[in-house]
Amino acid sequence: MEKELRLMKGNEAFAEAVIRAGADGYFGYPITPQSEVMEYLMAEKPEERTGMIVLQAESEVASINMLYGGAGCGKRVLTSSSSPGISLMQEGISYLAGAELPCLIMNAARGGPGLGTIQPGQADYFQSVKGGGHGDYRIIVIAPASVQEMYDSAKIGFDLAFKYRTPVLVLTDGATGQMMEKVYIGEQHPRLTEEEIKEKYPWATTGKSGGRERNIITSLDLDPYRHEKHNIKLQEKYKTIEENEVVYEEINIEDADFAIVAYGTTSRICQKTMQLAHEKGIKLGIFRLISLWPFPKKEIRELSKKVKGILCVEMSAGQMVEDVRLNSVDGAHIQHYGRMGGVIPSPTEIFDFFEKNYIKD
Amino acid sequence: MDGTITKEAIFKPENIVYKKTSLMTDNILSYCPGCGHGTAHRLIMEVIDEMGLESETIGIAPVGCSVLAYEFMNVDMQQAAHGRAPAHATAIKRLMPHKTVFAYQGDGDLAAIGTAETIHACNRGENFTTFFINNGIYGMTGGQMAPTTLPGMKSSTSPYGRDLKSMGHPIKMTELVAQLPGTYYVTRQAVHTPAAVRKAKKAIRKAIEIQQMNVGLSFVEIVSNCNSGWKMAPVQSNHWMEENMFPFYPLGDIKVDGKLVEK
Amino acid sequence: MTEEIIIAGFGGQGVLSMGKILAYSGIMQDQEVSWMPSYGPEMRGGTANVTVILSDERISSPILTHYDTAIILNQQSMDKFESSVKPGGILLYDPNGISHHPERTDINIFQVEANAEAAKLGLMKIFNMIVLGGYMKVKPIVKLENVIKGLKKSLPERYHHMIPDNEKAITTGMGIVKQIREV
Repeated sequence: MEKELRLMKGNEAFAEAVIRAGADGYFGYPITPQSEVMEYLMAEKPEERTGMIVLQAESEVASINMLYGGAGCGKRVLTSSSSPGISLMQEGISYLAGAELPCLIMNAARGGPGLGTIQPGQADYFQSVKGGGHGDYRIIVIAPASVQEMYDSAKIGFDLAFKYRTPVLVLTDGATGQMMEKVYIGEQHPRLTEEEIKEKYPWATTGKSGGRERNIITSLDLDPYRHEKHNIKLQEKYKTIEENEVVYEEINIEDADFAIVAYGTTSRICQKTMQLAHEKGIKLGIFRLISLWPFPKKEIRELSKKVKGILCVEMSAGQMVEDVRLNSVDGAHIQHYGRMGGVIPSPTEIFDFFEKNYIKD
Repeated sequence: MDGTITKEAIFKPENIVYKKTSLMTDNILSYCPGCGHGTAHRLIMEVIDEMGLESETIGIAPVGCSVLAYEFMNVDMQQAAHGRAPAHATAIKRLMPHKTVFAYQGDGDLAAIGTAETIHACNRGENFTTFFINNGIYGMTGGQMAPTTLPGMKSSTSPYGRDLKSMGHPIKMTELVAQLPGTYYVTRQAVHTPAAVRKAKKAIRKAIEIQQMNVGLSFVEIVSNCNSGWKMAPVQSNHWMEENMFPFYPLGDIKVDGKLVEK
Repeated sequence: MTEEIIIAGFGGQGVLSMGKILAYSGIMQDQEVSWMPSYGPEMRGGTANVTVILSDERISSPILTHYDTAIILNQQSMDKFESSVKPGGILLYDPNGISHHPERTDINIFQVEANAEAAKLGLMKIFNMIVLGGYMKVKPIVKLENVIKGLKKSLPERYHHMIPDNEKAITTGMGIVKQIREV
C-alpha cells in the first residue's frame, strides 16, 4: 500500500501519529509551543475515528496522574507539554517509573529556567535523561530531528513503553514542532480491546474478572528490603534497555577527522555547518543522538578514539557534553558550543567556533 | 464425648448471622483500634459485593492513613500520588466507562493538596464516586492540622488550637462541591454507631448506583474520628466527634438527584 | 539543486501561506521541503517570515542565516534581510511602502508591484500569489502545474473554486515582474 504523503508541522504530525498508533487517551494542558497537539486532536475527533479520548485537564499535574490512571489499566495514554509543564509532571513521572507503567510524554522544550521563553531550548537534557523526579529511575528519551521522526516517535515510543513498562519521553522543541516538512502517514493501528489488554497486560487494573487475584498498581512498599528488591529489578531493566535500545545516526563519520555530537533541532543545523566545513575541505562528520537515554556510551568512546576532536552543540550551557566527556577516552579534545534562553545557533556561527577552536592554521 | 462444643459444630451455614465480605482481605488492618477507616472500607466493599461489581471495580487509594487501602480492599486498586486520586479516576472512567470506579481520600488529600483535582473532577461531572473520610487531622504523619481542623482544635502544628486569623478557616469541601453542576449526589455520613453505619451504607449504595446511571459525580463524605491524632480513647473520640465535628459538619444529604437539598 | 528562500512581510500579507504553497509545490515535484516560520514573539509583533527550502537532497538545517532568494514585502523585512541574500542571489520585492530601496550591487534585484496590481484587479486576497508568480518567473524551480496541484492538495474542497483566480494571479505576477539590477 502506498503511504499517504502530507505537509505537516511537527506537532501535528505527532498528534496524527498517536491516533494512528492506536492510542487510547490523551490528557494535556495548553502550553506554548506545543498546543497544536491538543488542538489538532480535538479538531480530529479521534473518539469518532478510533474511540481514542482527548481530555483537557486542569493542570499538568492532573494530566500526568491521568496518565497513571490510564496506564494502570493497560491503556496507551500520552500527554504533551513544554518545559515548565514537564517540571510539574516530574512527581508523576517518578510514580509511573516506580509503578512500572508505560506511557508517552512529549516535551517541546523551551529556554529556561523558570517561565523562561517560548523559543526552543535543549536545557532540559539533564532533567530528561537523569530521571527528572525523585528516586533511582530512568526513562527512555528519544529526540526526533525531523517532522517524519516526530511522526515515527509516537509508535516507537508506545512500543518501547509497553515493551519495558516505562514512561518514554519524546524530547523536542518548538522549532521542530512548528516546522513543516513532508511526512509519510502510516497505517491505522487498531486500539486494543479490553480482552486483548487483559491477555497482553495481565498486570493491568481492568477489574478482577476471570477469577484472578486483584491487581495492585503502586510505587509504595514500606518494607525497605522488599523495596530494595524492587529497585534492583528496576536497575536490571534499565541495564537491559541500555544494552538493546541505543539509537543514533552517523553522518559522514566514517572518514571524519572531526565530529559534532548533537541531537534534535541542533543536529539539523549542524548538518549545514558540516557542509560549510566540507566546502573548505575539512572532514567533519556528525554523530546524532536519537536515544538520549540510553546514551550511546560505547559508540561515543569509539568516536573519541577515532577523531581529532569532538564539538558538542546544544541549546544549553552544556549538558549533553557532560555525558560525551564521561564516555570519551582520557585526553580527547571535547568542547561545547551552545546558545541559551531560546536563541537558536546559526550554522555559520557554529562553523566559526569550530574553525577557531579545532583547525590550526 | 466430653461435651465440648467443636468449631465444626458451630461453623454451619445455618448459624451464620454475619460474615465478612470476601472483598475484604484477611490482612490485618493497619488502622488504629477505634478508627472509622476499617468500617468505611468494609461498607464500600460490602456494597460492591452485594451489587455484584467485584470483577468490574477499580478503586484508588490516596496518600494518608488509607495509603494501604489496597491491602484490605480485595478489588483491583491503584495507589495515587498525594491528592491525585480524582485524576486517576477521571482517566480510568473515561477509558473504561462501563467500570465502577471510586476514589477513597482523606481530608488532607482531598481538601488540601488535591483541591484542584477534586473541584475539577466534580465540575466536569466525571461519573465516578468519591469517598471522603474527614477526621479533621493528618493522621498518618502524626496529627498535624488539616484543612478541615475545627476552629480552636489542637493539633501538632496548631498546638494552641487553630487560630482562624493566622491559620485560616476549616473548609467545607462537601458543601463546596455540591454547588458544582457536575455533582449529582452529595451526602455527609458517619460510621460511629450502628444506626449511622446503616445510613452510611445506604448512602454508599446509592452513590454506586448513581455511578451506573452516568449522570455525574457521586460524593460521600464520612465524618470520622482519629482517636490517636486527637489524643483520646476511641469512645471518648466518638463523643467528641458528635459534640464538636457534627455541629460544624452536619450529617445528611446535601444534594440529591442533582438538586441541592433545602434545609 | 537546493533553493533556500526567506519570505518576509507583515502578518496578513499571506507570507506563511505563500511559503506553504511553495512547499506543497515542491512535494508535488518530488522534492524535499521544509517550512520554518519565524518563531516566537515576532509572531505577534506584526511581522512574519518563513524560511522555505526546496531540495533534491535531504535538507540539512531548516534554520538559516543566508538565502538564495529573499522575497521582501515590507520595509522592516528589507532592513533585516537585504544583507542575508547570498552574493549572486535574488532579492524580489514589492516596492509598495518601501522607502529605502535595496542598495547591494552583488545580487540580482527584482520588483513585482503586486500590491498595486492586486488592487487594480480587486483581488487583494491573492496578492501573495502575484508575488509568487513573480518569483516563479525569475527562479523557475516550481512548475505552475505543480503549484496548482499543491493548491488542490492543501486547500479544503470549499476553496477550490478560487484556484482559477490564484492561477490568474500567478500569471499576472509572471508578467509584471521586472529586473532592476543584474550582476
